[in-house]
Amino acid sequence: MTTIRIPTPLRAYTSGQIEVPVNGPTVSDAIMELTARHPAIKPHILQDDGQLRPFVNLFKGEENINNLQGLLTPLAEADKLLLIPSIAGG
Amino acid sequence: MSISIPQELLSKIHAHSELAFPDEGAGFLFGTDNPARSVSAIYELPNAREDSARYNRYLITPQDYLKCELEAERLGLEVVGVFHSHPNSPNLASEYDRDWAQPFFSYIITSVYAAKAVESRCWRLSEDRTRFIEEPIV
Repeated sequence: MTTIRIPTPLRAYTSGQIEVPVNGPTVSDAIMELTARHPAIKPHILQDDGQLRPFVNLFKGEENINNLQGLLTPLAEADKLLLIPSIAGG
Repeated sequence: MSISIPQELLSKIHAHSELAFPDEGAGFLFGTDNPARSVSAIYELPNAREDSARYNRYLITPQDYLKCELEAERLGLEVVGVFHSHPNSPNLASEYDRDWAQPFFSYIITSVYAAKAVESRCWRLSEDRTRFIEEPIV
């Protein structure tokens, strides 16, 4: 089963879980499953149009999915998906 | 809702902000929420924005974020917030700050004028993401 690592500021929405197990065969499926199981996290990672918020980065292991197949990147059972925010402001 | 931070750490944040001037400086606040939010360490980081944007923008990379989150866990702490400076600007959270803000985190903003840190205030994103609420520093 794939797991998604949840960053500290979003753990309140996963009942404190640091890693959430998901079954999705792709990154997109995994995110859909995460937001279905923990709906309160959704507005903090997805925009109203369903796209990832600009500060959301997803890494499959050490590789940013933007360097793979984006949201269509396939996930194998042992893969770890890391949800990591870019911290920015001005 | 308030945040406590030792004067020594606040002074370090001010020193980092002055060193970064006229660019924005930034880093993480390590601490705990038990029994109330308090900061017990800071982690200074480089501003990863391109040179031409650093005067009014800051960026901490995902790699630095993960490194700090793991370091906080190693210390038995949590990343509880972010500090950054506003060179030649008030210490009010901007719309850009809000667009990029994380829930849960405390955002300490320090105003810096003529390379001197003037004052810090702290802000936290509202649950509906529509505004920042001031979190008094005690």
